[in-house]
Amino acid sequence: MAQVLDTLVIIALALNFFALGVSRIRSVINAVAAQGIVLGVLPFFVHQEIGVRGVALVVATIAIKGFVIPLFLIHAMREANIQHEVTPFINYMSSLLLGAVGTGLALVFSGTLPLAKEHEGLLLVPASLSTVWVGFLMLTTRKKAIMQVLGYLLLENGIFLFGLLLLEAMPFLVEIGILLDLFTGVFVMGIIIHHISREFASMSTEHLTELKD
Amino acid sequence: MAVLLILFPLAMAGLTFATPSNRRRPWLLPLGAAGYLGLVAWAVLGPPGGGPVSAFEGWLLLDALGKVVLGFLSVLFLLCSLYAPGYLALRAERDNRVLCSSLFVGQAMMALVTLAHHLGLMWVAMEATTLASAPSIYFNQSGRSLEATWKYLLIGSVGIALALLGSLFLAYAAVRAGLQSTLLFDQLIEDAPRLSPPWLHAAFALLFIGYGTKMGLAPMHAWKPDAYGEAPGLVGTLLAGGVTSCAFVAILRVYQICRAGAEAEFARELMIVMGILSMAVAAVFMARQRDFKRMLAYSSIEHMGILVLGVGIGGLAIYGALLHLINNGLTKGVLFLSAGNIHRAYGSKLTDHVRGALRRVPLSGGLFLAGFLAITGSPPFGPFVSEFTIVNAAVDSGQFLSGGLFLLLLGVIFIGMGATVLAVVQGTPVDDTPPNGFQDSFATGAPIVLFLALVLLLGLYVPRPLESLLRDAAALLGGRQ
Repeated sequence: MAQVLDTLVIIALALNFFALGVSRIRSVINAVAAQGIVLGVLPFFVHQEIGVRGVALVVATIAIKGFVIPLFLIHAMREANIQHEVTPFINYMSSLLLGAVGTGLALVFSGTLPLAKEHEGLLLVPASLSTVWVGFLMLTTRKKAIMQVLGYLLLENGIFLFGLLLLEAMPFLVEIGILLDLFTGVFVMGIIIHHISREFASMSTEHLTELKD
Repeated sequence: MAVLLILFPLAMAGLTFATPSNRRRPWLLPLGAAGYLGLVAWAVLGPPGGGPVSAFEGWLLLDALGKVVLGFLSVLFLLCSLYAPGYLALRAERDNRVLCSSLFVGQAMMALVTLAHHLGLMWVAMEATTLASAPSIYFNQSGRSLEATWKYLLIGSVGIALALLGSLFLAYAAVRAGLQSTLLFDQLIEDAPRLSPPWLHAAFALLFIGYGTKMGLAPMHAWKPDAYGEAPGLVGTLLAGGVTSCAFVAILRVYQICRAGAEAEFARELMIVMGILSMAVAAVFMARQRDFKRMLAYSSIEHMGILVLGVGIGGLAIYGALLHLINNGLTKGVLFLSAGNIHRAYGSKLTDHVRGALRRVPLSGGLFLAGFLAITGSPPFGPFVSEFTIVNAAVDSGQFLSGGLFLLLLGVIFIGMGATVLAVVQGTPVDDTPPNGFQDSFATGAPIVLFLALVLLLGLYVPRPLESLLRDAAALLGGRQ
């Protein structure tokens, strides 16, 4: 059990780095979708019994994070006719380096956290912090609006990883509410991206610099 | 009953969305808002049969704090709705279907924030208010409003994601202490003394930053000037008075848990520092501000700072802060709506082009000036009373530094804001913005007069029922009776 769990978490972490290191938007979407699916099945390995509601949650998570949102983003990408993030604010090598440093720090930091006995030594906590960090990195260093949305999704995935320790605290309805919010959020962002690409004939947020003091 | 408070505006949203006529649709807003105010009044004053308004085994509960804020929100919503038909008639070329329905959805989600006694549910509702208000900011569909909406969505969503992480930390504080993990508010209050302190500490910091972003406290305020500057005045009012107040409620809920769990000192210090910082940032950016709608956004940052500062000071200042929540929201109604009218009359919101508003649109110009005097704390308006209460409490409890800085910053802001406001209202209109036919009218003027009348009323006299509600709410937060 624990070994499968660790393997899956490491796959999720590897996907972070994949997403951070490529410029092809389609590849990043695929990475985030794959991570969504991996995250979706994790509850089976974290908890002994998850019940019918747990299974429903697994299905909903995989459906939304793994398929609905990625397909929607692919649609948005096609419509805007943009394939690559060419010039991020920080180049790919440096992004990867920062991501690696952040992950290392997350591992060290998690060792010092006052965790409950049953959670000591789990990879989940450092993986969660590192994914949040990578999400932030992507949000702030990419110019294309769609890449920022993908960064936001990674950030949410990181929070989801931490939430796995607390299945009882988040009742079914709230989890569904969070997924619904996530989906609606990405949907509204997608619409705005569509308008941005129509208005400026580009999806880059570089054009969004008119408002300032 | 509690469920009805959320379902009613949602049903109105559906009805609004289904109404085909662009001309008649806006009239559903005042109609629905008036019905909603009645419903809320019924819930706040106590439905027949007594007992608390609650549902789902304590997940929804209308407590004193909820009563104050929900009551205020429904008044704010009604007055804004009264303005909507007149305003939207001027914008007949734009489809208002999405705007009108998202206003109702936003109201439903704000009500859910005030009712929720489960932190997860509250989070879902808070995020939903962000999503519901985004389309309204984009109402003008220009490049500028696009930029504003994008920043609002992204910064708001990320901020609130941090609040989710904070909520999870709070639940983990219980796990670490060997308790059943929960996010039910009343259970957390009960467990608070036994929660693991480091996790509680981290949770408050994350939740404060997360919901503080929604509230628009400095330095997480980057979205605010853009969103308020580009949104229609009507939407600006609901954001500055409604959504931000809801985020404040979320922070207060977490503060309640911290207080019960002996983390109050840390929380209070953080709130005092962030409150003063927000006021200082607002003071800097308000000086020589040429865009009078952005100026209102900085004023909102200032007043959000005052709210958390009041809670940080504690004692009687908590009562002052809650009263200020109402005063600030209502005064923002005067300011945003009259600024919207002036913007319309000149086709510009820069002081380079806008001069002599008192001549061209005397009513809106006069209301804008009166709103400025009110919001900067001049007697006899409401904000004077609430700000005075906060200063008084600071001095009484020996917190001279906070009280002194508060007064100093109020003075600086008065001067900075005054320069911009006077530039707008005084003088004679310049030639490059010829009259475009927009004039003060009953439909776009009367709702603002009503806002101002309430601000004035609260300055002269706080009605007894409201006062006792405010006292009950303050007592929940440890305010002196």
